[in-house]
Amino acid sequence: MVEVKHLTKCYGDIKAVDDISFTVETGEVLGFLGPNGAGKSTTMNMITGYISSTSGTVTIDGSEILDNPKETKKKIGYLPEIPPLYVDMTVRKYLEFMFDLKKVKLPKKEHIDEVMRLVRISEQSERIIKNLSKGYRQRVGFAQALLGNPPVLILDEPTVGLDPKQIIEIRKLIKSLGKKHTVIFSSHVLSEISATCDRIIVISNGKIVADAKTEELSTAVSGEEKLSLEIEGASADVISAIKKIPAVIRANKVKSMRDNTAKYLVEYEKGVDVRRDVFSAMARIGCPILNMQSGNETLEDMFLKLTTADQNNYRENGGNS
Amino acid sequence: MGTILKRELSSYFNSATAYVVMATYFIFSGIFFTAICFGYNTTSLAGVYGNMFYIIMFIIPIITMKTFSEEKRQKTDQALLTSPTSLTEIVIGKFLGAFVLFAACCCIFLVYAVVISFFATPDWPVILCTFAGIILLGAALIAINVFISALTESMIIAAVAGMALGLLISFLGNISDMLSIDWITTILEKINPLNYYTNFTYGILSIVDIVFFLTLTGLFLFFTVRVLEKRRWS
Repeated sequence: MVEVKHLTKCYGDIKAVDDISFTVETGEVLGFLGPNGAGKSTTMNMITGYISSTSGTVTIDGSEILDNPKETKKKIGYLPEIPPLYVDMTVRKYLEFMFDLKKVKLPKKEHIDEVMRLVRISEQSERIIKNLSKGYRQRVGFAQALLGNPPVLILDEPTVGLDPKQIIEIRKLIKSLGKKHTVIFSSHVLSEISATCDRIIVISNGKIVADAKTEELSTAVSGEEKLSLEIEGASADVISAIKKIPAVIRANKVKSMRDNTAKYLVEYEKGVDVRRDVFSAMARIGCPILNMQSGNETLEDMFLKLTTADQNNYRENGGNS
Repeated sequence: MGTILKRELSSYFNSATAYVVMATYFIFSGIFFTAICFGYNTTSLAGVYGNMFYIIMFIIPIITMKTFSEEKRQKTDQALLTSPTSLTEIVIGKFLGAFVLFAACCCIFLVYAVVISFFATPDWPVILCTFAGIILLGAALIAINVFISALTESMIIAAVAGMALGLLISFLGNISDMLSIDWITTILEKINPLNYYTNFTYGILSIVDIVFFLTLTGLFLFFTVRVLEKRRWS
């Protein structure tokens, strides 16, 4: 379990991370999302003890990183944004070095072989890291983080610079690791986070702007649910019929299409399912529904809304970063 | 500590660094040895050792320039600092790595002593005393240069700064001679490592000289730990 309380980091007058608090339960995969420069890496560097915090605490399974660094660091596997590789070593030599550095007590050869199998670099074990491609380097970095089976894994943008096939592999790996480990992983790619994580924290300008389960995030942010429809028939009739449904807050035509068809966006109260009502209402006035899709607001829209809204607030408050 | 030491040595010996450094050391010490011992027909290695400072001054910054600057630049310090290995262990491990390489270079002097023994009886106590001197001087200079390397991200800057410091030390004697202000002269003489080193080359093994170099070494290793620690807090 990872507990972060009121974590703050200042560089001079600039607050890179501003009073962040969250808890990650064992076996949870937490996605850390934010635009570039939002403070993701700084937060992760503080959690792992690479840099100190200006104030606030990080507790991992009950031991605090600044009070008891030796024991706490043993519980963390960290893959920084740039994998910390000694490029003049072979993969195996490097992993042996990291094994010793982390003071792992497991049987050395077997454990390293197992980790290399897990991230699929066994065939590359005798190659010098300098000569490896970016994807393989990333995997060596991954292997390094997994040494010693730490209960907590912190991964800073683990899929940057990989090709789509490798990205899918890494995602699968993260998902499978999430069963045994607590995983915190950051990215600025939304689809990736939503595909892998149980929970998402959105961070912008050093502050948490959203913290919710992946499937709830969209509704958690907007406060109402949305339905996108494609209906054939006169727009005025359609809209007035939909508006008669009690839970509906707003109904708007988004776009006219050919053959007397149009796209509509219906916003309705949270916790109510209006799909059946919409269906019966349209059936009554004889306008066929050609397409119906709930949760129209994509995560991308939401992400932009969250991060830009925050920036606007920030400017209004006279921030200067 | 042992892990870091092993990694440092493998990095020296898996690259050209160790070989170039050792070759430089051997060539120049060989030239001095031939010129001084054979040229003047003497069994004393004092002159050879005295001149060796000018070589050490250049090769130690070359050995140590990478120690921390390169880690910082390549971001590999993230692996070191987030591991359960303490900063002190890391600093001492790196210091010992450079020190072992330097000590390996110095062993050539024992070979020269053996060469002398074919022609005359070498003065073994003096030779061993001088050997201890160069090892202690080297340790202090390595500690200082490791400290310089921890200050910067560029190994070029670390090397140049280290060499500049070496030159300054070699001029320290001349500077104190030129100045006529007594107390400055006294201070400069007291802090000049060469004054302490020279005693060793004459075969004088004094506790003051040993303590001077050991203190210098310990002090700069301590500073290095502090600098690295401070960086995490700023």
